[in-house]
Amino acid sequence: MNRFSYARPGSVADAIREVGSSPAAKILAGGTNLVDLMKYNVERPTHLVDVSRLPGLKEITETEGGGLRIGALVTNTAAAYDPRVQERYPLLSSTILAGATAQLRNAATTGGNLMQRTRCYYFYDASTPCNKRVPGSGCPALHGVNRIHAILGTSDKCIATHPSDMAVAMAALEAVVRVSGPRGERGIPIAEFHRLPGDTPERDTNLGADEVITAVDLPEPRFTTHYTYLKLRDRLSYAFALVSVAAALEMDGGTVGEARIALGGVAHKPWRVPEAEAMLKGKVPDRAAFERVAERILQGAKGHGENDFKVELARRAIVRALSQAAAGTPQSQTDKRIQ
Amino acid sequence: MADLELPTRQGFAPDAGSTTRLPDEVPVTLTINGERRDLHVRPWTTLLDLLREDLHLYGTKKGCDHGQCGSCTVLVDGQRINSCLALAVSRDGCEVTTVEGLAGPDGALHPMQEAFIEHDAFQCGYCTPGQICSAIGLVKEGHAHTPEEIREQMSGNICRCGAYTNIVDAIGDVLAKESAK
Repeated sequence: MNRFSYARPGSVADAIREVGSSPAAKILAGGTNLVDLMKYNVERPTHLVDVSRLPGLKEITETEGGGLRIGALVTNTAAAYDPRVQERYPLLSSTILAGATAQLRNAATTGGNLMQRTRCYYFYDASTPCNKRVPGSGCPALHGVNRIHAILGTSDKCIATHPSDMAVAMAALEAVVRVSGPRGERGIPIAEFHRLPGDTPERDTNLGADEVITAVDLPEPRFTTHYTYLKLRDRLSYAFALVSVAAALEMDGGTVGEARIALGGVAHKPWRVPEAEAMLKGKVPDRAAFERVAERILQGAKGHGENDFKVELARRAIVRALSQAAAGTPQSQTDKRIQ
Repeated sequence: MADLELPTRQGFAPDAGSTTRLPDEVPVTLTINGERRDLHVRPWTTLLDLLREDLHLYGTKKGCDHGQCGSCTVLVDGQRINSCLALAVSRDGCEVTTVEGLAGPDGALHPMQEAFIEHDAFQCGYCTPGQICSAIGLVKEGHAHTPEEIREQMSGNICRCGAYTNIVDAIGDVLAKESAK
């Protein structure tokens, strides 16, 4: 690990000043990803701004219309088991519990989870080129070991995926990321928070370099009965998704009122296709309808060799997740048998 | 700790800023196994390295050093975490319990330690301190009731000898006794 100076600001305003003080400053919260990356010399901050004690960011509070504001420092454990989250956003609770381990969830924070970086092997291995780590150095994953890589929204610079489970549920729920910076506060809709790699894969998010995440706002509760988070991975627990699907339906009698479908493990950000979701509106939720939706979501999906299987896996996962959601039988995150 | 400069290899992210502001050691107060310790810590020292290298508490093990194996699990303010991924400075003021702090003052083993012995829940023993601290955290959290739930909630602790069956039995035993209280 490189050497760095350390600051523990006492307020969000001080934190913004500290993080803006150097282009190589980094924010430390739970540390579960940043410290790991520092050990691999992938992240080498010269100044570490420890926000883990900032007052007021560890709470889950009510917002107008029955929504919840999850403070940026609320741990993944605290968010997943909060009775209000479980009752109003069971999809989010279930999704968080599908990720990582109890130890990691106890330390990892809501803001940090959004800021975690890809687990692309080449990004993590500082002895190889990587456009995300060193812009312009190349992307060995394009023609290399790419079983875990993206099939949608890729560029010829980067085919990494975003590893978060939590963000996938937040995408389906249309959460808003609250951030604070020198120019004040703003809300970034989750769909615009993470970026596609394009020509600048080094930028994962649209968070400003001098901005700090303060909370995630969850809108008025919906999708509390017909939802599921289906996560497919190489082992049954503590593995990143090869493909995951957050599906949420609002049922209107025997037909679908509104549908939300977000995919994880397939792109540089949680993947949503609103036009595909709209195809379900007013339709009887049956397999044929789900297959058409899956087809539309995966339009243009393309493997890079080892991950070719993900296109078919994603198609089946979407159909299965929508079936689970329609039946009101969410995937258990303990009993991994897929019904 | 020697101030080693790592060789520059292809692909290292360039340092964008200067490193002229390198700090002295940072004062940190931790209560470790009930004993208050006033320490001076370099900011890049992990809690795991502080425990082992500076405080000579070798019970907590370094396995992968990347949060993947769980052998470094300790309880911080009663919650299980990977001490390899926690910077010691960021845990200033916290209470840390390691495997050395589980037995009572009279030397009586913690019920989880007893259960691990009773069920022969280890072979080589390297993962055991982490398993036991993790299991104590699991019981306190209260989210596991069935063997399947124990397995899921213990997925952050790897046992390469494969003593999982007996580990699950040991934890189940403690959970049953706890719920009978």
